[in-house]
Amino acid sequence: MADGRPSSGWHTLSTFDFSTTLGNAFFNSPIFTASGCASSGKELAQFFDLRDIGAVVTKSVMNKPRYGRPTPRMAETPSGMLNSIGLQGPGIDAFLAKDVPWLIEQKSRVIVSIAGETVEEYATLARKVRSVSGISALEVNISCPNVENRGLVFACDPDTSRRVIDGVRRTIGGEIPIIAKLSPDVTNLPEIARGVVDAGADALALINTVLGMVINLDSMRPHLGGKTGGLSGPAIRPVAVRAIYQVHAVLPNVPILGMGGVASGRDALELILAGASGVSVGTASFGNPSAVIEIQRELHSLLIAKGFPSLKSAVGYAHRAEEK
Amino acid sequence: MVEAIMSQINRSAAQMNATVLANKRVGQYHQIVFGIGDLVKSCRPGNFVAIKVGGDSSRMILRRAFAISRVAESVSFGGTMELIVAPHGTGSKWLCAQPEGAEIDIVAPLGTAFGIPTAPVKALLVGGGYGSAPLFGLAEVLKSRGCKVDMLLGASTGAKIYAPMEGKRSVNSLKIYTEDGTMGETGRVTEPIKALIENREVDVIYSCGPMGMLSAISALTVGTDVVHQCAVEEAMACGIGICMTCVLPVMGDDGKIAMLRSCIDGPVMDGAQVQWQMVGQVPDGTP
Repeated sequence: MADGRPSSGWHTLSTFDFSTTLGNAFFNSPIFTASGCASSGKELAQFFDLRDIGAVVTKSVMNKPRYGRPTPRMAETPSGMLNSIGLQGPGIDAFLAKDVPWLIEQKSRVIVSIAGETVEEYATLARKVRSVSGISALEVNISCPNVENRGLVFACDPDTSRRVIDGVRRTIGGEIPIIAKLSPDVTNLPEIARGVVDAGADALALINTVLGMVINLDSMRPHLGGKTGGLSGPAIRPVAVRAIYQVHAVLPNVPILGMGGVASGRDALELILAGASGVSVGTASFGNPSAVIEIQRELHSLLIAKGFPSLKSAVGYAHRAEEK
Repeated sequence: MVEAIMSQINRSAAQMNATVLANKRVGQYHQIVFGIGDLVKSCRPGNFVAIKVGGDSSRMILRRAFAISRVAESVSFGGTMELIVAPHGTGSKWLCAQPEGAEIDIVAPLGTAFGIPTAPVKALLVGGGYGSAPLFGLAEVLKSRGCKVDMLLGASTGAKIYAPMEGKRSVNSLKIYTEDGTMGETGRVTEPIKALIENREVDVIYSCGPMGMLSAISALTVGTDVVHQCAVEEAMACGIGICMTCVLPVMGDDGKIAMLRSCIDGPVMDGAQVQWQMVGQVPDGTP
């Protein structure tokens, strides 16, 4: 490599095609970090080469710097955890000036995740992202559960979801793919998915965390500073598989970036069979800093062992017609 | 400056399977020794280790963080790392039940270390409960630099004092305080500190223990030139800086309060900069 670092280059060694696409963005591998579970990549770079995975999806960033929610922000639950970080971050200007250039310098693929409080804030964020080159795709997080007002979770309402994506599309549409990140906490997920695709989303990210609560038995009050939090980890994987399967069934041509409790290669394959073209690894990195790269290796071996000629041939395979 | 620090996050950390070489009960705690090979060379007093607990089929998905008590190198065992673990929760109880020979998945060393003065100083080491564990390794380093090392240990009761015989060799004096009077003096470990500061018997205080103790020590150093380096304790999910759960309000050199991660900006922090009265809250407005 130009900078002299050895790259393992392991996924180029076989004829198996591991690549994937989200809209017009091409990735060598379908395994990504999940927004909010990799910060901006620096912390994990000690444990594996960021170039070897599909892309780093950065923590959702807002227009202004933000303190987030009070502690405690975390509670471990059976096979999962609740978090109520509340989008702590440096703000988009500092993020684009420092964090993105560092990732691009590492030759990592970058998907930037944005979050806003208003339709206008999302459009402003998209305009700022557009001014920086080298970003592969834009994740529009309209489903963060850790906001003061549940009414602000845009993805819980078909109309506000559409308006956010429409505003982003007018700003950046056609330049880099727009990935709308949706919440599983809705009655009719396929309807919301169809709405954001009609408004211009090129791909969907499924699923954000599931809203939950833990009561502390010492204080006998909600344990988290923010009272409610987002549930993640293996506990929610069946919810993710269901959501991806339901949406892929009605929108088979819309690429899905799947996430939710993936902790092994077999978990990633489950999401792919349900209809995901790519899989993000989130909470698993908290327990194992090498999780992303290990899951990628396991998925690669598993797809070959199952006889698939390519990653793409496995996407949505669980939907095929019954054999006669 | 900030860039230089940012690029060094977790720079010494490695993930490995460490073998349990010894595990014995000491009072209410377990002293567990792991073989970690050359990783000892990167470990400094104040650093911590994140340990996977419960085995492969566990429903506990998060690592548990423990302060590294001390590291050593010997011909027979190579590099070793000692932890003092209180079997409080499901994870620490699992760890305390691991027999010699068990292979444990660890990530270490993590976090900041206690700053070691370049010239000999008068150091006061204050430990609460098993928070004393990393102070003995620190005392050895300070002693080797010619520092005067005095130690104060406190706990609610005598069984919760951790003070190994061999550790006492590396300190000039050791005083113990228990709230119920079952060991040493009756009272709180913070009580003698005010007089020690006023009599100019302390240049630097190093502390490790409950947040209330660290906060009380910081209050005693306000308006003095005594430096207070404390190892903070906050609930962590990852230990490597990616989850943002273990944050504390800390005043920066620019006079602005930031929510810093106790895993990578700590656990050792400047006690004068931590905004103790705001722990568990966030500042108003935007940073």
